[in-house]
Amino acid sequence: MLRNKTYPFYFTLATIALYTLFLVVPGVMGFYYSLTDWNSFSDEINFIGLDNFKTLFSSGEHYMSYVYNTLNFTVSTVVLKTALGLLFAIALNEGIKMKGFHRVMVFMPAIIPMLVVGLVFKSVLNPATGLLNETLRYVGLDFLAQKWLVDVNWAFKSIIAVDTWKGVGYIMIILLAGLQSISKSYYEAASIDGANLWHKFRYVTIPLLMPSLVVTTVLNLLYGLKVFEAVYVLTNGGPGYATDVVYTAIFKEFSMGRYGVGTALSTMLFVFMTIAGYFIIRLMTKGEDERS
Amino acid sequence: MNKKVQSLLVNGLAWILSLTMLTPLLLIVVNSFKTQTEAASMKLSLPTRWVWDNYSVVIEKGKLISSFSNSLLYSAAATVFGIALAAIAAYIFARNPSKLNRFFYFFMVLGIAMPINFVTLTKVMQFTHIINTQLGIIVLLTVISLPFSVFLLHGYIGSVPRELDEAGIVDGCSPFRLFRTIVLPLLAPVLATVGVLNFMNAWNEFVIPLYYLNDSGKWPMTLAVYNFFGQFQVSWNLVSADIVLTTLPVIVIYLLGQKYIISGMTSGSVKG
Repeated sequence: MLRNKTYPFYFTLATIALYTLFLVVPGVMGFYYSLTDWNSFSDEINFIGLDNFKTLFSSGEHYMSYVYNTLNFTVSTVVLKTALGLLFAIALNEGIKMKGFHRVMVFMPAIIPMLVVGLVFKSVLNPATGLLNETLRYVGLDFLAQKWLVDVNWAFKSIIAVDTWKGVGYIMIILLAGLQSISKSYYEAASIDGANLWHKFRYVTIPLLMPSLVVTTVLNLLYGLKVFEAVYVLTNGGPGYATDVVYTAIFKEFSMGRYGVGTALSTMLFVFMTIAGYFIIRLMTKGEDERS
Repeated sequence: MNKKVQSLLVNGLAWILSLTMLTPLLLIVVNSFKTQTEAASMKLSLPTRWVWDNYSVVIEKGKLISSFSNSLLYSAAATVFGIALAAIAAYIFARNPSKLNRFFYFFMVLGIAMPINFVTLTKVMQFTHIINTQLGIIVLLTVISLPFSVFLLHGYIGSVPRELDEAGIVDGCSPFRLFRTIVLPLLAPVLATVGVLNFMNAWNEFVIPLYYLNDSGKWPMTLAVYNFFGQFQVSWNLVSADIVLTTLPVIVIYLLGQKYIISGMTSGSVKG
């Protein structure tokens, strides 16, 4: 009773209302509008059942390819960023000169806009004049030079590489903090037991770093499923549809004025991510509930 | 001996790593001072003649002053509103964990995972008459920052002793005064973290203005740069200068707020 007076619920109303109106309501509206022929060419919106979903699924290859690409992007970047982020965190944790400088350098790409990173790498990965191929030719590795963003076999891998380049510093910082919170005495105890470097890594570092690893994985996972800018700026889904992901496909439908189909796609993503999010967030907030 | 080789190896690796991160950025800076022909191949070599004019050309042609002030307006307003709204909600959720509040806390944090449905959001933007307006962009940037801000703030408030509140209650503070004069100042470190993160995210945001602003006079820097790139693709010197000017503010903010960013990221991971 006293609590309700001191900490009144109505203080939260503006926050909840705005969040609900602009984030939750559009998501829920999707359930209805994905069943309509809503588009930019007519003012009428008619109920058409599951036709939009039929369109999506019967366009077969395209649909499959951007769902596949999104999952591929997510898994690849989670694995790459976690592995490299862990490696960098361990390397820059101690025993290194100017570690402050190196940490800032590795983290730098994480703070600049993805848009800028995309434009920079459009130039670096240019097949004819780009810095990457020029360097490869200069050191005599001509055979490694590729049409990075233009070749169907390389375009998607290039996007994954660029995104990893940008995001790895962010993961490194979180893992670095985790590493620093591990007490040295664990390593000393392991040494006394005759553990070698690998044993220490496997049986001390990894288990104690697990909470940080879980957080970085969750953040990467959610980011990967929602990826848009990296693809939009680097290839805009091309060549053909080779690098389209769910969010670029939605944007293309939106630009073509086919709102119904775009909404159908959005709604599927909404259902998938909200369910996955439910379990993830419950895990993340569990500790807090126990404390209060 | 063995130790020396090992340290040399690790230090060498660290330098290779740093250079890999630095090179693409250096490339842009160097080429922003070249002539159009020299910049066409985007090499790392220094300019033969330093063309400072590129910057004045970009500021004029890229409508940089207007997009810079737009970005500043959007980011600053969204950061202030976002912090205020998130702090007061997180405070109530944390201090009064009733069933209702626990539900709404979870409901809001779920937004970290929830994807935005940009297509139907158009309807809401039309309905509220803020589509294609600066207010609309500020509202959206504020709202998307709420879930993560509430999450971080809630965790921090849990660690602030409640005894401090009680002192205020005894002194007869009204609920709002209690929050504003006693609790809010105690949250300064985490507010700085959330503020810096939100400001940088808002500054870097590209998708929301891409969907909801078609008036180029209201564009933030990211959109202006992208459009500029579309027009001047052949002039990498100008595009580079434009990129430098867009990126500089976030780098400055980062260097100023570095301490808070790092501590904020860590506080997010400690709870796990």
